[in-house]
Amino acid sequence: MASLIHEGTRIGQGQKNEQVSELAMRSEPFPLEEPPAPDGLTANQGDVSAALPASAPVVERIYRHRLPVRISHWLNVPCLFILIMSGLQIFNAHPALYWGDRSDRDQPLLSIRPMKTESGEMKGITTILGHKFDTTGVLGYSDGSGRAFPAWATVPSARYLAMGRQWHLFFAWLLVINGLFFTAYALISRHVTRDLAPSGKDLRDIGKAVKDHIVLRHPKGDEAKRYNVLQKLAYIGILFVVAPLIVLTGLTMSPTIDTAFPWLLTIFGGRQAARTTHFIACFSFVGFIVIHILQVILTGFFNNIRSMLTGWFVVKHEHEGAGHEA
Amino acid sequence: MKHERAMERRQFLKGTLGAASLVALAGCDNLTQSGWFPSILNKTEKLTERVQRAVTPTNALAREYGDADISKVFPANGNTDPGTEDYAEHVAKNFSEWTVEVGGLVQTPMSWSLAALKELPSRVQITRHDCVEGWSAISKWTGVPLGDLMHKVQPLPTAKFAVFHCADVDDEGVAYYESMALADCYHPQTLLAYELNGNPLDVPHGAPLRLRFERQLGYKQAKYVMMIELVETLAGIGDGKGGYWEDQGYEWYAGI
Repeated sequence: MASLIHEGTRIGQGQKNEQVSELAMRSEPFPLEEPPAPDGLTANQGDVSAALPASAPVVERIYRHRLPVRISHWLNVPCLFILIMSGLQIFNAHPALYWGDRSDRDQPLLSIRPMKTESGEMKGITTILGHKFDTTGVLGYSDGSGRAFPAWATVPSARYLAMGRQWHLFFAWLLVINGLFFTAYALISRHVTRDLAPSGKDLRDIGKAVKDHIVLRHPKGDEAKRYNVLQKLAYIGILFVVAPLIVLTGLTMSPTIDTAFPWLLTIFGGRQAARTTHFIACFSFVGFIVIHILQVILTGFFNNIRSMLTGWFVVKHEHEGAGHEA
Repeated sequence: MKHERAMERRQFLKGTLGAASLVALAGCDNLTQSGWFPSILNKTEKLTERVQRAVTPTNALAREYGDADISKVFPANGNTDPGTEDYAEHVAKNFSEWTVEVGGLVQTPMSWSLAALKELPSRVQITRHDCVEGWSAISKWTGVPLGDLMHKVQPLPTAKFAVFHCADVDDEGVAYYESMALADCYHPQTLLAYELNGNPLDVPHGAPLRLRFERQLGYKQAKYVMMIELVETLAGIGDGKGGYWEDQGYEWYAGI
């Protein structure tokens, strides 16, 4: 009956054909005997059997993530985890941050250090802009040893600056190569303009999107086929602001690069300021990853994981017009 | 019913994620201790060196700062006193008998007393010292451009590295040494420095002579320099990695 939503007609009505999102490039009803090769480019729309009862939810499969995006995504996972954790290992070698070019140890912006109390007890003290916090057990002092970040957060887990650097620089190269590959692909395939760049309407409706997120009301039906505006801004922000920032501030810490490109020191406000910005960008990544994983779990863990592994994403249409409820 | 399944699912996810991260961490530690994996990680050192050398003009100068930028305290890291009897004697005599020898693969091996070095044209520079640990300190260095000494001894075409033999030994008696590419010896800011902030170098900072190699990290800045040996290969010196810290796993190319 009319409960069926046919992908081809829906998109054809909604927008011009050439602007069909990569996220919803191909769709077909589920179940399907044999999935077509996921990286083909032709639209492959099956017929939805009209014999289904009107009340049954219609399950639609769309080809959401193309192969280069999937490869790049999964390469980022070990890269980011190792870069963050080996970065914390490197930080532990001098657990304080400063602004400017030099590190005046009497005026750090942040420091995480073990301290002995009057009673001889060891405590971990985190100082942020002169305010002291007792962070014993996690920061400054953990598992009986004085170290800024605890063993479970660093690679290698023991204090080992030389190996921390080796891990960090190897995966930094991998991340940069992967990032360049992804950026080239995303620009050439127009993934950026079609799927990631927020539209004017997206931005006008941002208030509603924020409210929906706060009450964990997630897009359903057709709305779930594309990224919502906050998702787009998060991806754009991470890809084109935080990632370049973390690479450039990392390079600014290199004395050789500073002689080749002295303007890096100027724009970031000095080597120690670049180190601080590198750290802030790192924790922006941590925040992004936490929210990203949380959203992946909340919006259908197995469906999301499947779509990032095989490309295929399932959208449920509860009843007619399901995509427009909420 | 539905709720229970959701709970189970959550437990499953939590368990899986927790177990996966533990396995991953233990895996990283195992890889760190293996013989083969660090040697793969280390491949990027050459890549970094090639790329950095390709994008950096040969004589590009490290930023020089003003007097107002000088750090109040310049931390002394590594060995802060060679602690040998020989060295103590030199301290007692105010380094009047200290000489630095430049030899190895050169046409004319030469040696200079500290006084003779101070007679040579000097360079003064206020530069930033970047420690591998992450901190930076700015200070004023006075010394002889190492390139000037190289022009005098005339390296042979086979010479590829300059090895700095130093007076300090660690607690286990291992002598400190360091090395750099011969080409880097000619960089205008590469100095054999004898003054820090206008005063003769003190013992913690490498008296009476230390290397300033401004485009690389602090652990390359050898202190207590006694002899500079030009060689074709670093094999056979120390553990063969080109320096005291390199023998302990730090990169020989310390441009980042």
